[in-house]
Amino acid sequence: MSREKTWKEIAPAGVCSKSSVGFNTGDWKTYMPVRDLEKCTNCLTCVMFCPDGAIHWRPDLGKIEFNYEFCKGCGICANECPTKAIRMTLEQE
Amino acid sequence: MTTTSQEWKFTTKDIAEKPDLFLSGHRACAGCGPATVLRLMMKATRGPTIVTEATGCMEVVSTIYPYTSWAVPWLHTAFETAAANASGIDAALKVMRKKGRVKDEHVDIIALAGDGGTFDIGLQALSGAVERGHDFLFVLYDNEGYMNTGIQRSGGTPMGAATTTTPAGTVIPGKLQAKKPIAEIMLAHEMDYVATASAYYWRDLLTKVRKGLEVEGPAFLHIFAPCPRGWRSDPAKTMEYSKLAVESCVFPVWEAINGKRQLSTPSKLIALAPQKKKPITDYLKGQGRYRHLFTPQNKHMLDEKQRITDERWEQLLKNCEQT
Amino acid sequence: MTKSVKQEMIGLNGDEAVAYAVKQSDVDVVAAYPITPQTIIVEKFSEYVANGEVETEFVCTESEHSALAASLAASATGARTFTASASAGLALMHEMLFVTSGCRAPVVMAIANRALSAPLNIHGDQSDSMAQRDSGWIHLYVENAQEAYDTVIQAFRIAEKSDVLLPVIVGLDGFTLSHTLENVRVLSDEDVKRFVGVREFLNVLTHEGKSVPFKLDPANPMTMGPIAMPNYYYEFKRQQDEAMQNALTAIQDLNEEFATVTGRKYGNGLVEMYSLDDADVAVVCVGSACGTLKTIVDELRQEGIKAGLLRLRTFRPLPVEALRSALENMKAVAVMDKSLSFGGEGGAVFHEVRHALYDSKKHPPIVNYIYGLGGRDSSPRELRGVYEDLLQILKTGRVEKTLTYLGLRE
Repeated sequence: MSREKTWKEIAPAGVCSKSSVGFNTGDWKTYMPVRDLEKCTNCLTCVMFCPDGAIHWRPDLGKIEFNYEFCKGCGICANECPTKAIRMTLEQE
Repeated sequence: MTTTSQEWKFTTKDIAEKPDLFLSGHRACAGCGPATVLRLMMKATRGPTIVTEATGCMEVVSTIYPYTSWAVPWLHTAFETAAANASGIDAALKVMRKKGRVKDEHVDIIALAGDGGTFDIGLQALSGAVERGHDFLFVLYDNEGYMNTGIQRSGGTPMGAATTTTPAGTVIPGKLQAKKPIAEIMLAHEMDYVATASAYYWRDLLTKVRKGLEVEGPAFLHIFAPCPRGWRSDPAKTMEYSKLAVESCVFPVWEAINGKRQLSTPSKLIALAPQKKKPITDYLKGQGRYRHLFTPQNKHMLDEKQRITDERWEQLLKNCEQT
Repeated sequence: MTKSVKQEMIGLNGDEAVAYAVKQSDVDVVAAYPITPQTIIVEKFSEYVANGEVETEFVCTESEHSALAASLAASATGARTFTASASAGLALMHEMLFVTSGCRAPVVMAIANRALSAPLNIHGDQSDSMAQRDSGWIHLYVENAQEAYDTVIQAFRIAEKSDVLLPVIVGLDGFTLSHTLENVRVLSDEDVKRFVGVREFLNVLTHEGKSVPFKLDPANPMTMGPIAMPNYYYEFKRQQDEAMQNALTAIQDLNEEFATVTGRKYGNGLVEMYSLDDADVAVVCVGSACGTLKTIVDELRQEGIKAGLLRLRTFRPLPVEALRSALENMKAVAVMDKSLSFGGEGGAVFHEVRHALYDSKKHPPIVNYIYGLGGRDSSPRELRGVYEDLLQILKTGRVEKTLTYLGLRE
């Protein structure tokens, strides 16, 4: 945790100095999505609907990937998956 | 003068592979409808873009100093001012391009606001900016209340909804007034492009954002964005509610190009097969803000809501037929 | 001493002088809403725009609040921006004044000082801009149309200085200055354009880790106007205060530089001392009444009375040092206020002059005269009476009344 900057060090007018991708919101979740590869058809609906952009389509791997660093466990992906390939589990990480 | 010349064609994979310009790590609630709307909206951008936003949920969760979730130039000034800001940015770019002080390229300007910064406190600036014909797209993410300050009622809150300033009390059962028809108001400004969209129908949403950006002049897009926190609904069902709202005709999706209005596919399907129209109770149940409507003494409000929905839907069908 | 540039004498009222200065200052955007007595500024400027005499985007906003919001956004995008207002319009902008200074946007705004409602009054007093003294804007008050012209030109340079980056209010008394025709010496378009130059930008570090010019630019995305929690807000405000301190120097520097170009200067830019060196009694005043007071000082001097005037040109940042050193040797001081802080026992200028003198070892009696509210005229006779009261204090060694409402029917 870096120390907070003094008034002389920060840019004027509150110009933000860090991208939010450096802020881990994944520890908010209680439930986490887990995917059944067999049922997944790569429709990418979950990728579209995730409010946090925490599901990525990996063209190089030919499958989707959850980014648990940002997933807040809302369950939209599980609710909307047309083949019910995602379930929300209470799991310790 | 709308230039919807080239139709933007995209595949799901195209969109999925496009890098997010509304970045992860923002502090919206789990299951936030507006957050999905913003992510999708930014996927529909086509080049250099500047976003200016009104005070509200999305503004606050995405720019908590020193962090920002915006990969584009972004300005926030106040609650009323999204459209006024856009006017200033538009004027500045226009003249600086003329003077050779900035790159001679088109920059899309998006003014973004919630229902607070659009229906109510932001309406004046929006109306003025549209009347002056500035080149910008105004995107309204409508979660039907002043959610950021604690779920108070707005002009966009529907009738019967319980909010913290219109609580479901023993004497007054929630908000008594109907939702302000903001898209109709903007249509009355004789804008080239006015449209409504709902987060579930993301393809339709993306197309509409792009169309709005392509307009040379002001464009207005009203996007339905459920708020599980404010609506006391299951966060997992955010997209489901944005679908039910369309299926029950509570929030029909349409677009008006040069005043000529037509239903978009999800609503058109219902117009063609009216038996598919769901009763509003399908949509309302499960939302804590409407729970009190399901008691015998408040049945009259449920009936009134169904009546208003049906009336507005019929009127919409007529408007689409006539134009 | 370089020879000053060629200047032409034309007849302009205060508002027209402001519009003329804006016309010549290579301003990119003007976003404004009309209100008496500023209307001539926007009307005149509209003529310039309609006749293609300026390359400026003129946005006729639907309210003053939007006018300042649009000006701020234009400025944030990199445009040199100007707006103007008065009275209720300025009051309506109140929220946005703080946002503009907080966003460090170098907007220049002319205020044709006018009374605030209620009751409605369209005439001149300074309550409108005095009510904004905490908003983080630089406040410069002018004595005549010439100074209005000169100061608007200087204001762009002061505002845009990278160690300042604060918006500037240029106040001119409503009707007395805004609508009164005077002889004004104006520079050529080229000379003004050369003086104001092109806007330069401070480099700031963005979230992409790049140090880039401070403006909205798709090539270098940055986020302006975020929410800052208690752990950061305070530091931003401290920065603004520092910028105000730097403005003290900037204002003086620009005053000097302008003098080398035109041969005209206004005291040291912060205060103008008129016949003050060996004075016994002094009046402190802001704005056009100083013109009348100077005549009275001359009269009194003719009669052998050591009277002087301190015209406060810069109200924010408050030139504490200059006020103290100029006034501490006086035997009695009267501060004129063309506004009133209700319940505060006097006006803002009075309070602040007293503050400036508090830490001095010498404490001359300082009294307050409220005058001219709602455009009430103060005659030379009444103003001379202020000096006579001061002389009375000298004579009796006593202050009968600390606060006087000059010209009030009591």
